[in-house]
Amino acid sequence: MSSPEQWTRPEPDAGPAATAARPTAEQVIAGLRATDEGGADLVQLLTPEGERVQHPDFDIDVTAEELRGLYRDMVLVRRVDREANALQRKGQLGIWVPLLGQEAAQIGAGRAMRPTDMAFPSYREHGIAWCRGIPPTDLLGIFRGTDHGTWDPLEKRFHPYTIVIGNQVLNAAGYAMGQKFDGAVGDDDGEATICFFGDGATSQGDVHEGFVWGAVYDAPLVFFCQNNQWAISEPTERQSRLPLYQRARGYGFPGIRVDGNDVLATLAVTRWALDECRNGNGPVLIEAFTYRMDAHTTSDDPTRYRLSDELEMWKLKDPIERVKVHLVKQQWADAAYFEGVEAEADVLAAELRDFCVAMPEPPAQRIFSGVYAEASPVLDAQRDEFLDYVSGFAGGEH
Amino acid sequence: MAAPTMDRAGTGGASPTQTLTISKALNSGLRAAMEADPKVVVMGEDIGKLGGVFRITDGLQKDFGEQRVLDTPLAESGIIGTAVGLAIRGYRPVCEIQFDGFIFPGFDQIVSQVAKLHYRTQGRITLPMVIRVPFGGGIGAVEHHSESPESYFAHTAGLKVVSCSNPADAYWMIQQAIACEDPVLFFEPKRRYYEKGEVDTTARPGPLFASRVLRTGTAATLVAYGPMVRTCLDAAAAAAEDGTELEVIDLRTLSPLDLAPVHESVRRTGRLVVVSEAPSESSISSEIAAKVQQECFYSLQAPVLRVTGFDTPYPPSKLEEEFLPDLDRVLHAVDRSLAW
Repeated sequence: MSSPEQWTRPEPDAGPAATAARPTAEQVIAGLRATDEGGADLVQLLTPEGERVQHPDFDIDVTAEELRGLYRDMVLVRRVDREANALQRKGQLGIWVPLLGQEAAQIGAGRAMRPTDMAFPSYREHGIAWCRGIPPTDLLGIFRGTDHGTWDPLEKRFHPYTIVIGNQVLNAAGYAMGQKFDGAVGDDDGEATICFFGDGATSQGDVHEGFVWGAVYDAPLVFFCQNNQWAISEPTERQSRLPLYQRARGYGFPGIRVDGNDVLATLAVTRWALDECRNGNGPVLIEAFTYRMDAHTTSDDPTRYRLSDELEMWKLKDPIERVKVHLVKQQWADAAYFEGVEAEADVLAAELRDFCVAMPEPPAQRIFSGVYAEASPVLDAQRDEFLDYVSGFAGGEH
Repeated sequence: MAAPTMDRAGTGGASPTQTLTISKALNSGLRAAMEADPKVVVMGEDIGKLGGVFRITDGLQKDFGEQRVLDTPLAESGIIGTAVGLAIRGYRPVCEIQFDGFIFPGFDQIVSQVAKLHYRTQGRITLPMVIRVPFGGGIGAVEHHSESPESYFAHTAGLKVVSCSNPADAYWMIQQAIACEDPVLFFEPKRRYYEKGEVDTTARPGPLFASRVLRTGTAATLVAYGPMVRTCLDAAAAAAEDGTELEVIDLRTLSPLDLAPVHESVRRTGRLVVVSEAPSESSISSEIAAKVQQECFYSLQAPVLRVTGFDTPYPPSKLEEEFLPDLDRVLHAVDRSLAW
């Protein structure tokens, strides 16, 4: 199922919309377990062993240079992630949200976007941020407690991290509606929006409502669900009886499960989905089947709820290793190339470290800034009273 | 009552005053805002062909089309959450929440996103959106259709909250709220929708976030907003027949509060009665009492008294006359204040 053609919007008199066959019991079970098997519908272009395989509906031509670029992206964001995780362990960050294991899902999706497309992330989308040109150092303040995010969402076309689960899906739906109302949708030059959320978020009402709004307004919106198998301690079967991509059928748009550890497949499927949207055939749901190889956050302890066997199983499907194997097999990269990327990662990590420890404390008046676009006299009075109080300590023993 | 003070500059001597209901004034105000700015879109349940359950958006979809007057799916979080996205895209959404008691499915989006995105982004994102809420009781409705939830929103930093009490304010305040760069919760006194008043559609209005003295008096000060303004004006008229002159202030803005006129008034009268349909605990009336005792401590001749709905869920409608503050309860509080 899930061929793109099958999901093309039917003509008004063409009868009921196309629907996929009922899933088999085997498919259902495969889709529900915290498993490394994505089932028969999984779109894959590069096997865990680094073998390039064909898919009847989704394919992609990549040059050696492009594949090296995807590899480099993944290595660098993984290094950023590991370094930030270490900074938390050293007390330099209050918390960190690891992306380990989800590099292919994010780099594949992020590199499928055009500069004019808009992204609405959750809070684990460090790889998408990387693809939007946001320096990794810009992510640190949120987790160090110096700010709530520093990038310009409109300039970068990357919404602030959204921490309340699922909220951003509705915000993205509204933004996509605006793209359509602006006449920015309908051909190959059109715009599209992509929003990111996890398997746990699919239980939120806002995600359901986002699916409804996206569908009834034909919004140019790609719903990109990273199913990393775990919502903190709860496996996907606590969220759904049905593989998540199959939910799309109930809303009337295509749902595709892609191997989220396969950067090529994720790139191909997301590019197709964004193109569908920019041409006016949205929305589309993508379920990127992947695995959270680290804890939910640095405050989490996965040993309390999952077996290490599962992690070992997923390590064999590492998103970066398979690309490296393929690059070597194809003779598209040599040892010097890989060493160069590692060296680049070392520099990036050192920069991140140096930047983090030197971050200044925010000034006290930051508490009061940016609450309103038009000043509130009540708040201004409260600020002035507080700053006056603070200034009373100037030069004193405080 | 004294007519609201209007600056008549720029009217060229003509006075195109119309007699409108609050309902029609809101409709005209929305229409004017939509004509002035093509980015204004109106969205909500049943607001298109039907014109809204109170007909506030009557005829707008016919004249502005389905892309500017959106009949939305039936989900309040969806209405608010998609309005956020539209506002980020450059639109000025005006959301209609059908009834006060139905705003709560959208509460998360209002508190987590609408109120905080400007702050989160240090001003890079502005959300010039309005959430219209018909509120308050007195219409004999079933549960969830008569509530006064304004304190929740006044308590939330990042939101602005206003309430109109008469047709002239309804006409102008809705346009000013739409023009505001901050998100505004706009509370409409649903039981007063069909009360009439003079509306001068050319008079330049005063500021949106300002309280206004509607009636001057010397014996005590009454402060109210929304539907209770009419109740207080009626109480003041009744008291005047007995020779007691009460000052009546329409709060108009609930966040930020504009209490300077209240402080000025209480310094003269020495007595304050705050009236609201909302229950009293931890409410706007609480805030007014706290601020007035702070600012007018030596002027007060009596404690600040409050006449409010009770601290219960809204009762079955056969009991709402007892639940809601009315003229007699207001005057009873005035008597207690004067006798202190």
